[in-house]
Amino acid sequence: MDLGALFGSYDNFLSFTIGGLVFGAIYALVALGYTMVYGVLQLINFAHSEVFMFGTFAVAWVFVALHGTSSAQWSLGRSIPILLVALVAAMCLSAVVALLLERIAYRPLIKKNAPKLIALISAIGASFALSEGMGLRDKFAQWFGLDHKLANYVSPGKARDVYSNPVSILPHHLFSIGGYSVTDVDLTIIVAAVLMMVVLDQLVLRTRFGRGIRAVAQDPESAALMGVNSTRVVQLTFLLGGLMAGAAATLYMVKIGTTKQDAGFTLGVKAFTAAVMGGIGNLRGALLGGLLLGVMESWGAAVFGDQWRDVTAFVLLVLILLVRPSGILGEALGKARA
Amino acid sequence: MLLEVQGLCVNYGHIEAIRDITFGVEEGTITTLIGANGAGKTTTLKTLSGLRRVRQGTVLFDGKDITHSPPYERVVMGLSQSPEGRGCFPGMSVLENLDMGAYVRKDRKSAAYRADMDRVFDLFPRLKERQGQAAGSMSGGEQQMLAIGRALMAKPRLLLLDEPSMGLAPKLIQQIFSIVTEINTQGTTVLLVEQNAAQALKRAHTAHILESGKIVRSGTGAELAGDDSVRAAYLGGDV
Repeated sequence: MDLGALFGSYDNFLSFTIGGLVFGAIYALVALGYTMVYGVLQLINFAHSEVFMFGTFAVAWVFVALHGTSSAQWSLGRSIPILLVALVAAMCLSAVVALLLERIAYRPLIKKNAPKLIALISAIGASFALSEGMGLRDKFAQWFGLDHKLANYVSPGKARDVYSNPVSILPHHLFSIGGYSVTDVDLTIIVAAVLMMVVLDQLVLRTRFGRGIRAVAQDPESAALMGVNSTRVVQLTFLLGGLMAGAAATLYMVKIGTTKQDAGFTLGVKAFTAAVMGGIGNLRGALLGGLLLGVMESWGAAVFGDQWRDVTAFVLLVLILLVRPSGILGEALGKARA
Repeated sequence: MLLEVQGLCVNYGHIEAIRDITFGVEEGTITTLIGANGAGKTTTLKTLSGLRRVRQGTVLFDGKDITHSPPYERVVMGLSQSPEGRGCFPGMSVLENLDMGAYVRKDRKSAAYRADMDRVFDLFPRLKERQGQAAGSMSGGEQQMLAIGRALMAKPRLLLLDEPSMGLAPKLIQQIFSIVTEINTQGTTVLLVEQNAAQALKRAHTAHILESGKIVRSGTGAELAGDDSVRAAYLGGDV
């Protein structure tokens, strides 16, 4: 243990905190998907990590398509035109995967009033199917005789290896807080994530559809009596969750630059943790939980060493749930029990 | 007939909750279904709103077959319910709850909408005082008023009321029932489900008695209230 690494100097402390906020912002965006679906269906959509993973591939594919496979190092400013296309593509692909999940893996079970446990098993199955499906994309392409044509995208024989965005985005120093250099990449990630969450929050609070989502979360039967079409509401929550996961995937690729068919797993577990920590079913809880988790695991890595990063995250989860079993902000969106 | 129920059967799993019931609701009237706990009253109303699947029989609303229509289509057609246990949205304010009642309306910015809101506040002045309060923090009586007011915000042609008197103090029960009559005289048809048979029969034009999922007696409210066997079974002697 080396407390000095974190608290020894103001600069170190800031640098670990800001570093943690960057990942926390990405966790928070993915956490929204878990928390919204839980809010309306009381179902943990374990396949949401794969919705995110598909988004990361969409980003890399757009760069391969528009730039080519030769590796390059660009500044954030230079990559922005392609990055915007990638953002749209990732949000679309993630949203499509989320909607298909709802249609194929959940809706038939909900229609038949299946127990929640059955839907959970279906979620886990769908998660494996999507992740392994991505790992077999070269084989699928082969069936249609497209593996050579699409070699850059499906990586024949290497579909299970790390897949990289050919363009690495180099962060540039913007300004300093204390001695810590804030880069354009870090700032963009935090600002973009918070902005998207504010938009989503307002959408749920102020629009008619948002009120429908809240009504279904608080009392599904009463919501039906008011004329809320619950199938539409469920679809909409999956759609919004998918869009947010696609945005998170883009930010993740800006920061990390590589992905894999199982890239969603750890990140998904962390995002789910963030959602539970903040109070599952609560949008602002997901934001708070995500940022808190990102910062705490970054501090944990500083103090105990990097191999303790995930341990810190999950010990924190256990401690918070021991004190507040319903999470930090409880279940304000869903079941205010007052 | 505004509502016609013919040979309706509804199951819970293998248990027959409603067995072959037939009745109608005449436009402009108050019709009541009374009966003991577990007689199938609530199941009947939930089925009329589309929350339970029909095994057999048909439901016609204004001549149109709605037996298998989804709940939201029925609300659009003019069927609105204040459910058993009130079902207010606990995390929403009184105003938001009333607004949820108008969810299917397209004129939510119009003067007509404002007028309907004022009408609800006239019927239940208490709700006006508590506009900003979260529904979950209100008393049972206030939540009941909110549930009825919310159902009215949909501008229903037929208002379904499920046990509006449940769990309320006797004085409040009187008040709620006189408001039900007032709503009816203002032009809304009412189908009222009640365990408080004395009040329900006094208010209703037509009444049906449900026993273990079947209609065993029908008549005008006054007829049934004056019948000796009904008095013995449901009214506990004197009314």
